[in-house]
Amino acid sequence: MVNRIVVGAHYGLRDWLAQRITGLVMAVYSVILAVVLLSGQPISHAVWSDLFSQGWMRVATLLFAASLAWHAWVGVRDILMDYVKPTGLRLSLQVLVLMVIAGYLAWTIQILWR
Amino acid sequence: MLQREERPADKAKVLRMANATTNKPRPKYLSLQAILLEIRLPLAGWVSILHRVSGVLLFASGVWLLFMLDRSLSSPAGFDAVLRYIGFPLVKLSLLVLVWAYCHHLCAGIRFLLLDLHKGIDKASARRSSILVLSVSLLLTAFFGAKLW
Repeated sequence: MVNRIVVGAHYGLRDWLAQRITGLVMAVYSVILAVVLLSGQPISHAVWSDLFSQGWMRVATLLFAASLAWHAWVGVRDILMDYVKPTGLRLSLQVLVLMVIAGYLAWTIQILWR
Repeated sequence: MLQREERPADKAKVLRMANATTNKPRPKYLSLQAILLEIRLPLAGWVSILHRVSGVLLFASGVWLLFMLDRSLSSPAGFDAVLRYIGFPLVKLSLLVLVWAYCHHLCAGIRFLLLDLHKGIDKASARRSSILVLSVSLLLTAFFGAKLW
């Protein structure tokens, strides 16, 4: 059995795979958004808020934000594991990062369904 | 979960190799000077470290981007305020850096996904794809930068 570290990775494929799948979801969203914005009219407030008031766009953006949250968590955690060695400090930073991500997600939902 | 069959002979060999590597004195080039001036990364290394740097940049600037999205969607006045705000040179420059970070992160990410699928892993094509990632992300940045202006 491997010696497990509480602030380490979860020793499995799950996060590795999740990072890749969420990356793919965000890549698809980015291309769709770029095409929509570049092919439409010049962006005014009306165009901008109409876009974000459509159901499909809200759901797609929420999927993007959820993917981003998971993706960023795996990425930042990897970086913390690489550079921050003291366990207490690393755990504190990881908790901080999780709270920031949760905050981003909550704010995104609030912006989308206002 | 994947499990590999372990044979005693292999295990002994691995242990011997591990001992040989840990007993060897190794130089460590980790001074600031070494990092800045002496370590020369191959292009794939640049793509990799910039992927990391751009990821951190994007994560850290999330609050700023969400703030602008929030304001721009709040009202026509808020939208105009954001337009004026991103007209400031320093703001524009920061946005341009983030546009680059996004493009680089995306292009390098696609490269890593292909590498995961064992596409382009020989030295020559890995170098070629590194050049492609670095240049395409710069071109995309120039394109979206021009749109932004």
